[in-house]
Amino acid sequence: MANKVVTDEVRKQQIGKTGEPRTYEVERGAIRRFAEAIGDPNPLFNDESKARKSRLGGMIAPPTFYRSMGSPIPQVQLPGMGAAFRGLDGGSDWEYLHPVRPGDRITVQSKLVDLRESEGRLGPMVFIVIETSYTNQFGELCATQRSTAIRY
Amino acid sequence: MAKQIYFEDVEAGSAVGPLEKNPTTQQLVKYAGASGDFYQIHYDKDFALANKLPGVILHGALKNAFLGQLMTDFAGEHGWVRKLGVQYRGMDQPGTKVICKGKVTKKYVDGADHLVDCEIWLENEKGEKTTPGTSTVMLPSRGAR
Repeated sequence: MANKVVTDEVRKQQIGKTGEPRTYEVERGAIRRFAEAIGDPNPLFNDESKARKSRLGGMIAPPTFYRSMGSPIPQVQLPGMGAAFRGLDGGSDWEYLHPVRPGDRITVQSKLVDLRESEGRLGPMVFIVIETSYTNQFGELCATQRSTAIRY
Repeated sequence: MAKQIYFEDVEAGSAVGPLEKNPTTQQLVKYAGASGDFYQIHYDKDFALANKLPGVILHGALKNAFLGQLMTDFAGEHGWVRKLGVQYRGMDQPGTKVICKGKVTKKYVDGADHLVDCEIWLENEKGEKTTPGTSTVMLPSRGAR
């Protein structure tokens, strides 16, 4: 069955689009507030004096702290979809390469890496796969996030 | 810091966790503030009901964070969570406990790194896995010290 929304032309035009990069300065208080909000008492995320004695030499951010650093996602145009659609967050795959520390400046940028379509109960369902990179002030890639949004 | 686990201590089938969490509506508000996700289905009951939900529901990303805690606790100070993947399959509501669990599926050495793959999930009180996932952690090795 031919795709109704994600045609070859739409894939060609949309995949690879990037969003505007955005840079965040990581505040120690923001890391603590995030750890408190998720209910994680790990001293590495909460207590500088204990974290300083650890292997990491100081406080770091918990793995999903990156969620607080939003970035504009590429505008995905799906002409076959109509203006009124519903959206769902399908999940995320994270890869962590370097820790994030208080005072770091993290540049976040998103890219559209895949578009797929399947037929749902309410019509076409479109799976939008976005890859987001988080790079620190030293040019080190700290993390990548691959997330899937569903529109139907 | 909690007791450190080593690569030699785990085998395929070893348990990860459990970690029990008791999310409340207050926690959802705190998470909205800390993450910047202000979608009303997570704190405005009328809005959630109008959107055909049973009430306010947990942020998927908060469940992602709970599973992150499961894995950073497992990896310990000398380990490192390298990969964390989650899929949001079912909704969870505040006021009932959720439990994060996992098990080791594979252990292997890649160059100098001692790696452990895990199957992880978050389940509700009925034992339904609403948020399955996978994770890879690097653990310290007694042999490599």
